[in-house]
Amino acid sequence: MTTSNNFEPSEIDLRRRKETPWIQALRSFVRQRSAILGMIIIGGIMLVAIFANQIAPYQPDQVLIGQESVKKRQPPCIHLLGCPKDQPQHLMGIDGNVRDEFSRVVFGSRISLMVGFFTVLVAMSIGVILGALAGYTGRWIDDGTMRFLDVLLAFPSLLLAIAIVSVLGPGLTNAMLAIAIVTIPVYARVMRSVVLSAKEEEYVTAARSVGVPNNTILFRHIMPNGVSPLIVLATLGIGTAILDAAALSFLGLGAQPPTPEWGAMLSAERNQVFSAPHLVFFPGLAIMLVVLGFNLLGDGLRDALDPRMKNR
Amino acid sequence: MTKFLTRRTLSAIPVLFGILVVTFALARMIPGDPCKAMLGEKATQETCDRFMHDKGFDQPIPVQFGVYMRDVITGDFGNSIRFNRSVGEILVERLPVTMELGAIALLLAVIIGIPAGVLSAMKRNSAIDVGTMVGANIGVSMPVFWLGLLLAYVFALLLKGTPFWLPPTGRLTAGLVATPFYEVYHLAFTPDTAKHRLFQFISNFYIFNSIITANGEVLKDSIRHLILPAMALATIPLAIIARMTRSSMLDTMNQDYVRTARSKGLRERSVIGGHAFRNSLLPIVTIIGLQLGVIFGGAVLTETIFGLAGVGRTLFEAITARDFPIIQGFTLVIALGYVLANLLVDLSYGFIDPRIRLD
Repeated sequence: MTTSNNFEPSEIDLRRRKETPWIQALRSFVRQRSAILGMIIIGGIMLVAIFANQIAPYQPDQVLIGQESVKKRQPPCIHLLGCPKDQPQHLMGIDGNVRDEFSRVVFGSRISLMVGFFTVLVAMSIGVILGALAGYTGRWIDDGTMRFLDVLLAFPSLLLAIAIVSVLGPGLTNAMLAIAIVTIPVYARVMRSVVLSAKEEEYVTAARSVGVPNNTILFRHIMPNGVSPLIVLATLGIGTAILDAAALSFLGLGAQPPTPEWGAMLSAERNQVFSAPHLVFFPGLAIMLVVLGFNLLGDGLRDALDPRMKNR
Repeated sequence: MTKFLTRRTLSAIPVLFGILVVTFALARMIPGDPCKAMLGEKATQETCDRFMHDKGFDQPIPVQFGVYMRDVITGDFGNSIRFNRSVGEILVERLPVTMELGAIALLLAVIIGIPAGVLSAMKRNSAIDVGTMVGANIGVSMPVFWLGLLLAYVFALLLKGTPFWLPPTGRLTAGLVATPFYEVYHLAFTPDTAKHRLFQFISNFYIFNSIITANGEVLKDSIRHLILPAMALATIPLAIIARMTRSSMLDTMNQDYVRTARSKGLRERSVIGGHAFRNSLLPIVTIIGLQLGVIFGGAVLTETIFGLAGVGRTLFEAITARDFPIIQGFTLVIALGYVLANLLVDLSYGFIDPRIRLD
């Protein structure tokens, strides 16, 4: 018998069947142009952050007075664009304290990425544990936790973050903590809903009936269900955290000078926007790019990990 | 329907109480001595003691909370330490600025965002769709303060001397006065009464006030002053609303009843408007409600950049100056407004989708 009938699965089907959901998600992910673009942007910014010392021609806090004949807030000088060769090249110009703006923007990528990852890590760790405990134990613990988180959500997040920073005191670390605190409810709610739906599943009842301890059930059997929504939320959350941290720094509550933080750099020169627009333009563009990268990547991940969102 | 309304309204009460507690606690937890912050570092111990006693800060915390609760219920937010005026008075003056700005921003976001999203869904994968979504992605990622400064640069500096020039700061051009409607129409009231405050509150909506007093010059000027801040503030909500409208529309357009509507020969306009759009409204309305938080937060930034004395900027300045009564009063009013708006959104579900009333 060499002929195959229609009931036999084809080779392609068999290969497909062996694929785990993760491989399928990866397949669907690489098909999306915007997600790939997001990856490229973030990858590029990560490389800039890692090789900042090699890329930046100056140190971020290096004052150029006496070293070069540059003026305060001098506009960009790019040799390729017709700037005389005898003048030193400054791709993004000179800032109000006679420092090379390009070097500061390059070093700023380290701070922004660190802010994004740290904030989301803290918020997610606390949120996931709170949500899981609330959902799994139920009753008053659930009620109490969720009501408290509702109250946190009742405040516009940036305003609450401003209030928390003023309690903790201004500074980058405190700004990151404040943003982490205001984003806890988002992660807690998602984890809780995952736990609530998963704990009624038969495999959980089965695990319980053979005597698996509660914490093993929660951590091994239930919580992995939350991995894919959390990956998506965290990726989008990194972008939001970077944006909010820059806003806090802009208001003088986050990173303090001379830290090369993009929001703080923009804030320092905001009154000079009419005379030295380059000092406002480039740091803001950098913020936008990194946030755009994480948003594109997050959207792509959501489409890839959530089959209902496919083909959107 | 009444049961639905009552249940939803009652469910907001614990949150409101929580907001009171958090606001009170946050204001007390801000480090630093309010006396030193207000009277300066050189204030003597004696002056400070008198100051703390006058403001009630020497009482035990539970007593302070009790007084605070009583005051809030009676609508008395105390006196601002910095301005030495009642918080209510300052609110009457500054809340309309933010409400007017926020309303225009939200209006812009809705009237541009929804049609853009619908069009994008209808012409899926076309140049319009790709363009809208690229624009939306950039819009969501844009820092409000950066966009505000760039807009000011373009419209106030580059376009100077053209008809497109827009003022970068303030609410009215110096020299112009928005005469309150109650003065124009000689309405009678006793000073410092609730009626007086209400009149002042309404007349501080410059756009509304100039419409009812038929003052074209002030109307035009106040709108011109609000365009830039409203554009900066509207961008993120606009992008979010456009994206949500598109994805919600795509969802409903795949439903069987839309196919049925098409196959029975309905015109495309009624298929989209009557069948698809109506049914995709729920998530769109939800996301619009959530944008109020973005707008209130963004108001701090836009008001700072465009020199507007609204609640966002006042609250921010009060926090840095440790002006407890303003912090408490303003945060409370903003949070209340946010909760009420989301309650309204919740209630509107019942009208949009009758099945929800029965749950």
